[in-house]
Amino acid sequence: MNKDWPLWEVFVRSKNGLEHRHFGSLRAADAEMAINNARDVYTRRSEGVSIWVVESKNITASNPEHNGELFEPAADKAYRHPTFYDLPDDIEHM
Amino acid sequence: MKNNENMKEQEKQTKSLEEVFEAKIARDEKIEPKDWMPEKYRKTHIRQISQHAHSEIVGMLPEGNWITRAPSLRRKVALLAKVQDEAGHGLYLYSACETLGISREEMYEQLHSGKAKYSSIFNYPTLTWADMGAIGWLVDGAAIINQVPLCNTSFGPYARAMVRVCKEESFHQRQGYEIMMTLCNGTQEQKEMAQDALNRWWWPSLMMLGPTDDESTHTEQSMKWKLKRKTNDELRQQFIDQTVPQADILGLTIPDADLKYNNDTGHYDFGEIDWEEFWQVVKGHGMCNKERISARKNAWENGKWVRDAAVAYAEKQAEKQAVKKAV
Amino acid sequence: MTNENLIQYIYSIADNSLILGQRLGELCGHGPTLETDIAITNIALDLLGQTRSYYQYVAELSKEDLTEDDVAFLRKEREYKNVLLVEQPNTDFAYIIARQYFFDVYHFLLLEKMMDSKNVNLQAIAKKSMKEVAYHKRFSGDWLKRLGDGTEESHQKMQQAVKDLWVYTDELFHMNEDDEIVTKAGFGIDNAALKDAYYQEIEALLKESTIEIPTTSYFQKGGKKGIHTEHMGYILADMQYMQRTYPDMKW
Repeated sequence: MNKDWPLWEVFVRSKNGLEHRHFGSLRAADAEMAINNARDVYTRRSEGVSIWVVESKNITASNPEHNGELFEPAADKAYRHPTFYDLPDDIEHM
Repeated sequence: MKNNENMKEQEKQTKSLEEVFEAKIARDEKIEPKDWMPEKYRKTHIRQISQHAHSEIVGMLPEGNWITRAPSLRRKVALLAKVQDEAGHGLYLYSACETLGISREEMYEQLHSGKAKYSSIFNYPTLTWADMGAIGWLVDGAAIINQVPLCNTSFGPYARAMVRVCKEESFHQRQGYEIMMTLCNGTQEQKEMAQDALNRWWWPSLMMLGPTDDESTHTEQSMKWKLKRKTNDELRQQFIDQTVPQADILGLTIPDADLKYNNDTGHYDFGEIDWEEFWQVVKGHGMCNKERISARKNAWENGKWVRDAAVAYAEKQAEKQAVKKAV
Repeated sequence: MTNENLIQYIYSIADNSLILGQRLGELCGHGPTLETDIAITNIALDLLGQTRSYYQYVAELSKEDLTEDDVAFLRKEREYKNVLLVEQPNTDFAYIIARQYFFDVYHFLLLEKMMDSKNVNLQAIAKKSMKEVAYHKRFSGDWLKRLGDGTEESHQKMQQAVKDLWVYTDELFHMNEDDEIVTKAGFGIDNAALKDAYYQEIEALLKESTIEIPTTSYFQKGGKKGIHTEHMGYILADMQYMQRTYPDMKW
């Protein structure tokens, strides 16, 4: 038998109130081990209060070749941003 | 005929892709794993990042050699934590490298077969406790000079790994310097131990910053890709300039009769480096080359049944889960 | 109860953490994966941290002007009171895991009780260490299951390790004279009372791991009285090397 441990992506919440952020990856044979390894590898200096792990192969990523069609159309929709609208300077609470 | 035209068309396309790519790096934009990249960029990065990762894990061995013999409990936990960090750094770097389409196992294979290099300094033996001080002070000092600029390198995963590495590594050099300081404030015997360690680690540390610029093959391309910000000789000068005053504070003598501050340049002039020795160690003739590689190989080979068992267990558990669901 | 009784009692707890921490420290850089290296080092660091807390307390209690390092490094072999289990060598990963698990389960039960000790120092150390040891037990227990119920090869190795180390488990529950005195005073823990819960927990996990529970009519003992296996001398030779070669220096 020759099977290597799969790769996992690790997401850590540094403190309550913050989102889980991608911290890196590691190898583990199963989810339980991935959590334990993540704890040992990525939170040695009290970096976290919660850990998510997901096997890397289960992540579907967008293809950078499609970046044009996926992301560029959003660039000229300035009306989605508050600065698009002209209001007199002395209006408050808006 | 048609084939030929196709190829030309392809070449043209690649060329324009390459121009876009280089422009992107020049604008300080990051390259991410799934982005198009020239084959050479991928290969160079695999080589450099894996070499860096190998250096971290081979680098665990000379210091690991002193964990059981550390002279106080405080020193023992600090050294253990430091060597552990090196395992972590190896892991971050292997992971960054894996995003380029090579597995950690393949990289290990290259290390074990001697195809991949690692920093030659780890082929020197650690003979006394003072070596733990000298390594932290000098070797980590030289490493930091190399590594800090890499936090801004063009390949995103590498840059991110380096940010983490640099953050964690900040205690390593201090740990080493504190050991040296304690020795230098101690008995005559301790001070001699410290001086002896400096004598043995000084030149290898200078060599660690790489061959001289005229001997270095990768520099120009590496500069463009922000794998390097300064040349080897510039880095070496920086290292010497910052380390000499630190040795003065310790009251230790740098083992170089030609070392002298140059008022005109504002830098230290230094003596000839024994590059013959450097290349011998690179070629595998250092005192510990064989031990280091065989230690890594043994760890990996003796661990195979353990890794296999974990996979087999995970599969059995998954099957059990599936059966449970089906029922 | 004298201070000396209490000191001896603390040795019988703290020396376990020191010697096991020392054993685990040998492994750093040689494990089956980087991830396990990092995990095992974390356990070693926890154990050595606990050791320091205990020895600092011993140094306070002692009439002489001792430091934690004098206590750790300058005793003679017969003065170390760790159980034989923790000094057993890192034969292979199965031994490392079995040794760890056999110790962790005991360690957890002990600390649980120690949180109610009438001695506030021991109480405080127990409180802090409990969480660490809960994780150790989880790590070693998980691995015991993986190796026990993994491949044919790992199963055999795990079975062998369990069989060989089983003979050292009984000693965990022995009480030497100092243990008795300190326990009567309400500071110590009655080890013997932990025994049933210990074997119940271990046997359940071994069963789950498809590992046969060894039967033996004889158990090894001696560590708690300072009579160690031959391994101990080498552990100390290594550990005490600097302090013995260069006496009375600061490091």
